[in-house]
Amino acid sequence: MEKRVVFTHKTLPYLLLLPQLAITVVFFFLPAGQAMWQSFRMEDPFGLSSQFVGLSNFIDLFANDDYIDSFQTTAVFSLLVAVLGLSISLLLAVMADRVIKAASIYKTLLIWPYAVATAVAGVLWLFLFSPSVGILAVMLAKLGISWNPRLDGTDAMTLVVLASVWKQISYNFLFFLAGLQAIPRSLIEAAAIDGASPARRFWTIVFPLLSPTTFFLLIINVIYAFFDTFAIIDIITQGGPGSETSILVYKVYNAGFKGLDLGSSAAQSVILMLIVIVLTVVQFRYIDRKVNY
Amino acid sequence: MIERRPVLDIITHLVLIVGVVIIAFPIYVTFVASTQTAQEVARAPMSLLPGSHFFENYWKVLVGDAANTPPVARMMWISTVMALVIAIGKIAISMLSAFAVVYFRFRFRMFFFWMIFVTLMLPVEVRIAPTYKVVADLGMLNSYAGLTLPLIASATATFLFRQFFLTVPDELIEAARIDGAGPMRFFWDVLLPLSRTSIAALFVIQFIYGWNQYLWPLIITTHENMYPVVIGIKRMIAGGDSVTEWNLVMATALLAMIPPVAVVVFMQKWFVKGLVDAEK
Repeated sequence: MEKRVVFTHKTLPYLLLLPQLAITVVFFFLPAGQAMWQSFRMEDPFGLSSQFVGLSNFIDLFANDDYIDSFQTTAVFSLLVAVLGLSISLLLAVMADRVIKAASIYKTLLIWPYAVATAVAGVLWLFLFSPSVGILAVMLAKLGISWNPRLDGTDAMTLVVLASVWKQISYNFLFFLAGLQAIPRSLIEAAAIDGASPARRFWTIVFPLLSPTTFFLLIINVIYAFFDTFAIIDIITQGGPGSETSILVYKVYNAGFKGLDLGSSAAQSVILMLIVIVLTVVQFRYIDRKVNY
Repeated sequence: MIERRPVLDIITHLVLIVGVVIIAFPIYVTFVASTQTAQEVARAPMSLLPGSHFFENYWKVLVGDAANTPPVARMMWISTVMALVIAIGKIAISMLSAFAVVYFRFRFRMFFFWMIFVTLMLPVEVRIAPTYKVVADLGMLNSYAGLTLPLIASATATFLFRQFFLTVPDELIEAARIDGAGPMRFFWDVLLPLSRTSIAALFVIQFIYGWNQYLWPLIITTHENMYPVVIGIKRMIAGGDSVTEWNLVMATALLAMIPPVAVVVFMQKWFVKGLVDAEK
């Protein structure tokens, strides 16, 4: 879609774009270019000079078991966050959609965690499950369940998944509720008259009609788990124990700021960029024409 | 309601109430912990009833009385400035660029538009180290400029305004031109007032985004007096060998939550609109 009527001015449009473009070039394209450039180079131990090494940074990465493991960790983590987050919020949204009168009250009570910083969400769950003082950890101990996210990889993963899901439920909930409210009542009424039970109506009518929303949220949740959960990981586990919860983003940060291995960090950045590009393309391709019937 | 199913209604409310309780539980515990003494909190399990040290704890963190913690009041101020500059800055520069792209024909128009679009694919997380270097070279570490400028570019906001401008009737611009208004006059007197709703919605979303930033401030602020509150909390936990004073950490966490949560709850209408629009 384009405007039929426009203004004519030689320099003004460029001036209007200037602030946005300046920031984009300085803080986005320059660093991204630098990451790509650096990913093909290796620095000497003193950081005084660097030389072209071709793809060897990438080859090193993929030869490294740690890195492959991190891929696996990221996959498990984002799958858990997406599936758990989506199921819980869908359940809540379907329920909230049923109670017409009280829906807005429940909505207000359910959406505010969106505003809580990811890092703060991490702190809250860290405290609740902290082995010595955490109230839920103490409860687990009383039940005879051994719990120590600092030593046990599964416990650590459970905890970061819990915190990440908690933080994301409200977002998913809002979109599901909007999607549910957009489904024509007449369809559901017709099915009810034909004698379909609520469960059957949900699986044969509501769920299929909701699939564009579900698909969209799936992508958003995967992006969230890949990138935005950095704060949760950094606060709760720092990637540990060992590297059990060290997702890709955390590894980039570690390589760049803790290990100071710039070549490897840059190569990891480039790989992450490729992943984001794929996810964004998928998102836009399908959001535009929707997964539809 | 399609049919009466009293049992199902009860289950519905039950599920929702359980959901609300699970969502709210961590916050309740946070509040309770923030009203007790460090010893009371460390006594496992701590009491689930509020203690009597509410004012004491909050006063302590706000003025920075506690050991090795900078005053939270200062951090809240930094966070506020940061969130406001990011939100307002994003809206301003995105509106201007959307205006240029929609209302003018010029060379490289689509090229520039795509340039802005591509930034969607370059989140801070994937280019941390080189962006840090750029900011360091510009001498912007530990400054408001360093905290905000790199986060101000926004493809989503630009899209949102472009989308909105495209729905503004052409008759308005024709009328404006007949009356002799130039492009900037049209922008100020016609487009800006028409965009009020979009601006409000976007402001809510971007304020929260700015307030809740973590990774970026974590790497570029090294001085205590430039910590946003979210980073301050992190530093309070990672206090080396010293024991974490959870009651104070929790008080700080609660303080850090108040502004963004208040924005969401009190501006719910704009918040929902902004969230849904921004993802279109």
